[in-house]
Amino acid sequence: MDTMQLSFYDVLRMVIAFVLIVSLVFINAIIMGYMERKMAAKIQRRWGPMEVGFQGWLQLILDGVKIIAKQLIVPKDADRTLFRMAPLLAFTPVVLPFLVLPFSKSLFGRDINLGLIFIIAVSSINVLSIFVAGWASNNKYSMFGSIRSVSQNIAYEIPILLSLLSVVLVTHTYSMQGIVAAQGSIWFCLVQPVACIIYLISATAETNRAPFDLPEAESELTAGYHTEYSGFGFSLFVIAEYANMFTVCAVATVLFFGGWHGPFSGEYLGALWFLLKVFLLMLIMVWVRWTYPRVRFDQLMNLAWKYLIPFSLVNLLLTALIVKCI
Amino acid sequence: MSMVMDFLFFGLVVLTMAGAILAVRGRVLMHAVLGLAVSLLGVSGLYLFLGSPFLALMQVLIYVGAVCVVLVFGIMVGYTPNEEAEKVPMGRNAFLGLMASGSAAFFLVVMVISRTVWTPAVERLNDFSIEHVGESLMMQWCLSFELISVVLLIAIVGAIILARDGRDEVSR
Repeated sequence: MDTMQLSFYDVLRMVIAFVLIVSLVFINAIIMGYMERKMAAKIQRRWGPMEVGFQGWLQLILDGVKIIAKQLIVPKDADRTLFRMAPLLAFTPVVLPFLVLPFSKSLFGRDINLGLIFIIAVSSINVLSIFVAGWASNNKYSMFGSIRSVSQNIAYEIPILLSLLSVVLVTHTYSMQGIVAAQGSIWFCLVQPVACIIYLISATAETNRAPFDLPEAESELTAGYHTEYSGFGFSLFVIAEYANMFTVCAVATVLFFGGWHGPFSGEYLGALWFLLKVFLLMLIMVWVRWTYPRVRFDQLMNLAWKYLIPFSLVNLLLTALIVKCI
Repeated sequence: MSMVMDFLFFGLVVLTMAGAILAVRGRVLMHAVLGLAVSLLGVSGLYLFLGSPFLALMQVLIYVGAVCVVLVFGIMVGYTPNEEAEKVPMGRNAFLGLMASGSAAFFLVVMVISRTVWTPAVERLNDFSIEHVGESLMMQWCLSFELISVVLLIAIVGAIILARDGRDEVSR
């Protein structure tokens, strides 16, 4: 946005980038849905999906077809407009951060010099959609799910911002490409280990995943904010959740794990390393989900306010001092 | 491409106005807050046209992502979707209020327009970059910046004092 001139080439580039990104969001949901079910099954000594295709790999595509064919039910006492709008509102902000992710040195939607702030700002809208969904359903379970989700999100947004800020202090740039380029010699998970750990914990909470999945705790709240949703409305929430996971893991990769840097670097080969790192982090999140039990809500809040926020503040101060002295 | 830009600009203006109208006239409180969120999103788009992407993103992060969320949080605890505000008929008082606020807004806008020194767009490119904003906050506007942070600090301390013995009372 330095100049307000847009050439035809720029517009074409953005359209192609957007189409590719939306398809990446859907493909990511299919892959992660399959991997999650398979890994959960292996951890619990089951087989998981086995019937359709080799090792059941077509299962998620079939589920997708089934879910599109289902009826969209709006509860009688629900707020119709908001109820219909909420899945779209959940889906839109999770697609936008992909526009500034650096997949490789030359493969990215757009490299703006405020890339990191863009991602944070856009994903903060996501909370609002959870709220709208829970409130419009007019259902106690949904309402409780949303209230929990929002207090959790407010609590965990602060350590995320502080830990990202301490990396920005080191690199002096918010540009995603600039941050990756600064990690040519050493990854920032070694320079900023505290920020890295704080970010990974908070990101798990931010995406509402176990052990922090209180907003959709099945045993108490049936399904939390999307209890009343059927068919494609429900699946948009699930796709948005997986896309959100991808975004936070991609941000972790860019900020702490060297982005597209790898043993063999090339113009487009970097995308391979990038995706490999992102999917590894996502599989670790799945692994954590099926290994640890859910925490209690007061434990969740205490962890954020009494440990993560003070630690990240101290980390930020120390980083600022060291950067200033060097 | 300037036509596309004009189209985007007027789209944003319409978005801002529609959101504002919904925020004021919405019968359901939740709709009003969401209207406010839409209006603030539109304003953040207008910041982009003023050449300050940083301010635009901060507008989304703080006003849409934090202020509106806290507002919605408050509504959610107290209201359900089928609660609607009573329709207030357009009486004489409402008409007078409309006239008063309209004329006040008009005079303010006229004053602002006549007092501002209008520089051509070419001269103020990149004027609102993140470095410039940071520098002017820390040098030129340092006092107001510090005062605002003191106000925020007082608000935080006040919130803590209010909430301090809340939990004890429940357990007693």
